[in-house]
Amino acid sequence: MTITKRAEGKKLTIALEGRLDTTTAPELEAELNSSLDGVTELVLDMAELLYLSSAGLRVVLAAQKRMNKQGHMTVTHVCADIMEVFEITGFVDILDIQ
Amino acid sequence: MVERIFPARLDQLEPVQEFIREQLELYDCSPRVKFQLDVAVEEIFVNIAHYAYPEEQGEATVRCCVGGDPLQVTIQFLDNGQPFNPLKKQDADTSLSAEERDIGGLGILMVKKSMDAVDYAYEDGKNILTIQKSIHKG
Repeated sequence: MTITKRAEGKKLTIALEGRLDTTTAPELEAELNSSLDGVTELVLDMAELLYLSSAGLRVVLAAQKRMNKQGHMTVTHVCADIMEVFEITGFVDILDIQ
Repeated sequence: MVERIFPARLDQLEPVQEFIREQLELYDCSPRVKFQLDVAVEEIFVNIAHYAYPEEQGEATVRCCVGGDPLQVTIQFLDNGQPFNPLKKQDADTSLSAEERDIGGLGILMVKKSMDAVDYAYEDGKNILTIQKSIHKG
């Protein structure tokens, strides 16, 4: 998985490319843990994300919980297969998917 | 039926998924079904790697068979670990808010909801988890 970060003031966009699975989820978790101080707007751009398992969901949920405390999180460009994962797990109700 | 034995370790996830993908190569399997099978295989194998052998190194046997009309894939995971039926665990509550959410149970929930059939048995000292999926559906 490739993680690309773009910061504009207090807004941070994290673009994910490839597979967010048991093997790669810790990378995103570490990236989020070290990048979110002072961020009030977080965008997870999933345009190039091809795969997401429950290990990835855990990290996305942790990010959502943190951003609930300090601002807002948006998930963008979700492909149909990953949208189905969000629907099955009820994540459509807790994420702001655009 | 094709069978392969893998060490029950997280670093074997990619080889296990690749093994299943290879078995499906000959068939006209939709991208959506491939995605769902990929996720199901990950969730089940990772469960075995995490929990089946708390104290020693163990193995997981993965069997794959494609056949029938309509065509379906059957995948079995066998381990010699402690008897554990992941299907008995209560499903994650998908109606809770982010704050109330726990991180557990989502993987097996996805397996149950995306496969046509999921079955658990404990036979001859082995946990046997079987999933089935019709491979020509949408």
